[in-house]
Amino acid sequence: MDCKSSDTLPGPRTEDRLPHTAEAAVKIVIVGGFGVGKTTMVGSVSEIRPLTTEETMTQAGIGVDDDYGSASKTATTVAMDFGRISITDELVLYLFGTPGQERFWFLWNGLFEGALGAVVLVDTRRLEVSFDVMGRLEERGVPFVVAVNSFPDAPRHPVADLRAALDLPEEIPIVDCDVRRRASSRDVLLTLTRFLHSLAAKGALA
Amino acid sequence: MTAPQRRRRTSRQPDPPDAGEAARKEGETQNPERLFVIGGDADGERAALDLVTLIVARADPPASATPEQAALLRLCAAPLSVAELSAYLRLPFSVVTALLTDLLAAGLVQARAPIVRQTVADRNLLEAVMHGLQKL
Repeated sequence: MDCKSSDTLPGPRTEDRLPHTAEAAVKIVIVGGFGVGKTTMVGSVSEIRPLTTEETMTQAGIGVDDDYGSASKTATTVAMDFGRISITDELVLYLFGTPGQERFWFLWNGLFEGALGAVVLVDTRRLEVSFDVMGRLEERGVPFVVAVNSFPDAPRHPVADLRAALDLPEEIPIVDCDVRRRASSRDVLLTLTRFLHSLAAKGALA
Repeated sequence: MTAPQRRRRTSRQPDPPDAGEAARKEGETQNPERLFVIGGDADGERAALDLVTLIVARADPPASATPEQAALLRLCAAPLSVAELSAYLRLPFSVVTALLTDLLAAGLVQARAPIVRQTVADRNLLEAVMHGLQKL
């Protein structure tokens, strides 16, 4: 897996170091069901090779079947992939996306609350895998746009039909994308940023 | 179009009972809210650090530093987010925040707070992000 020499500490490559002028960071979260391309999207726009951070969560044992007999708590490790885009010498954008376990991210305090917004990736062959995550964003008041990842054999629907199936209001952008392509992933992020700007202009950000 | 139909939810309001039942299909745990981050509450004071708080070392590791503290201080000779520190050190986020809490108290690192979404949005910030993305 890793191929580092024993006397070298893991760390950013020289070209991956941020300038000392980097003052602040913002984050955007990429969500969607399993296998819709979240990690691919992070990788296609990130300036660094995507990294993985994790958190350990415990679950109280009341009513929970666990394999540890008398143990009252079970631990779950939640992993998240992330990438980075330097916006200016002072400002850095981080993109978080994860291979799965969506329901746990919402328990990761501050991940969504502090995010500028979210991209919901959908696969038209399995629209329903993105339903729950959209509902959770709505409940938390996190603004999002929908990006339809175009898989070759996926059915193509008119945007109006998709909007109806996803029960999304008119103002939420729905765009097509190919997350393997850097320019396409960048355009999705631009769509989100423009949408957030329009919300800010309306003074409507929750 | 023969697609499943979703129903929109509203901000910070509990689901009506029927919608709640529907949302919990597919064998999901009934009360995922019972999960919590280890040490997040009970384990003493923690500095308020976000995944994207940028950390910069203010000094070389002192002789008294633990190996983890020394590794962390060397990593953030240039600014690095808490998420990146967690990834490179292969330690969970909450363990890194505990390490950083001590280092902050000792004045060995500086934390550059993230910009979080606020009630009054910063259009200048969003414009900067847009311009940055356009250059990609």
